[in-house]
Amino acid sequence: MYDFLYLALLAGLGVAIVAGPMGSLVVWQRMAYFGDTLAHGSLLGIALGMWFSFSNSLAVVIVCLLIAGVLIVFERQRLLATDTVLGILSHGSLALGLVALTLIPGARTDMEALLFGDILTVTTAEVAVVWLMAVCVLAALWRLWPSLLAITVHEDLARVEGVRVDVVKAVLKLLLALVVAVSMKVVGVLLITALLIIPAASARHFAKTPEQMALLASGVAMLAVCAGLAASWWLNTPVGPSIVVSASLFFMLVLLARGRRA
Amino acid sequence: MTTLIELQGAGKSFANRAVLQAVNLSLVPGRIVTLIGPNGAGKTTLVKIVLGLLQPDTGRVQRSVQLRVGYMPQKLHIDPTLPLQVERFLQFANGDSPACLAALERVGIAHLIKQPVSGLSGGEMQRMLLARALLRKPNLLVLDEPVQGVDVTGQEALYQLIGELRDELNCGILMVSHDLHLVMAATDEVVCLNQHVCCHGTPQQVSVDPEFVALFGAKTALYTHHHDHEHDLHSGVVNSPVGSSCHHDSVQPGSKEGSQSDV
Repeated sequence: MYDFLYLALLAGLGVAIVAGPMGSLVVWQRMAYFGDTLAHGSLLGIALGMWFSFSNSLAVVIVCLLIAGVLIVFERQRLLATDTVLGILSHGSLALGLVALTLIPGARTDMEALLFGDILTVTTAEVAVVWLMAVCVLAALWRLWPSLLAITVHEDLARVEGVRVDVVKAVLKLLLALVVAVSMKVVGVLLITALLIIPAASARHFAKTPEQMALLASGVAMLAVCAGLAASWWLNTPVGPSIVVSASLFFMLVLLARGRRA
Repeated sequence: MTTLIELQGAGKSFANRAVLQAVNLSLVPGRIVTLIGPNGAGKTTLVKIVLGLLQPDTGRVQRSVQLRVGYMPQKLHIDPTLPLQVERFLQFANGDSPACLAALERVGIAHLIKQPVSGLSGGEMQRMLLARALLRKPNLLVLDEPVQGVDVTGQEALYQLIGELRDELNCGILMVSHDLHLVMAATDEVVCLNQHVCCHGTPQQVSVDPEFVALFGAKTALYTHHHDHEHDLHSGVVNSPVGSSCHHDSVQPGSKEGSQSDV
């Protein structure tokens, strides 16, 4: 009877587990703006998917990977500051996506679902995609973890010690693109970055090692997903924003606890 | 004595602006070479070429097949959002815990092994970076401004430690430095860089070189000119009571002899 709730919970938890380590890396490497850019780009992905009557999720993944690719190339060229490039890509793709969505003949798009997520309508197949993504991304992060930390600390030092810095950075961007594209259904375009960075920021205070921070962040994100779904159920609020509100409340509690201790 | 790395006529330009021109540099085991020069002289570029992070546009770089570089970067900024303990920081270079402890003991900060990196003082941070470079079992140490952010007494102690490590490991050392007094005392050879090599030689030779005087002023040159021995320079430069109370006269000549018998 409540199948859709279980599916929503499963999808949310899948995203939350990845959000821990990935969000920690986003915080450490200051990639929040990059995450936002990918999220905005996924709107363009949806539009393109509809335009060409193509699978939406696949179109989103492709557009996100393309944006990541463009950024990797631009960073190597060093013609413009990275945040300028991100600003162009982010708002350019957002605007293009919005324009394209209105131009598609006969397309009735639920803009709210795109912007804030639509977790209650996930299908079994979509849950499977979320978990497939989660397993793949976690496996890749597990493999690259020491290198990712080494380049977070000091890129040149890592390079001298034999880390293939450019490859590792490119892979991290592509992985983040994958996470954002797949998570769109759960929390929507505007809130994906929040689900990545708020749990990680909350976990920072309690962690002594990078791994503790990543695991704790996963825990916080999972709590936020559960609390958000519950709130949505009892208070009839939209799920995506409820999840982010839960995470934010948790973060504020951490801040308060920290203030009292200090 | 095999040459660890040799640059012949190395040049590098960025956006059509020459940063380095026709630089010759040779690093050998057991010798400390210090790179000095004003800002924008190309010191960092030269270090990156030595490290293999940059390729020169012109000239040649020859590396010994046995070359193992331990690199101490100029400044480490660890984002405060990254929780990291000293031991973990060292494990990036070598995962072995006993080795990490030994390296920390060697640089005199073994008690900090479980401390968060973000809480270290300037001197402790530099020592931790040095420990990480040592963990690579290097035969060449590349130290980019190793005493940056360290007070004068601490600087002297660090230079002494670097000299000791050179004697123990018989490794070559390439150091980059801004400050002239202390580094002159701690080095075998000085290379004065201002896009090209202005002058090079022993600290005594370089300090009276007209090009050096033109770059750094006569005061420095005159000052070093008075002394012809390393530890004389040391205690002469540091006039603080702490500096003179921890004399190196007994240590440095001894370790110097030690290094010569090693070679």
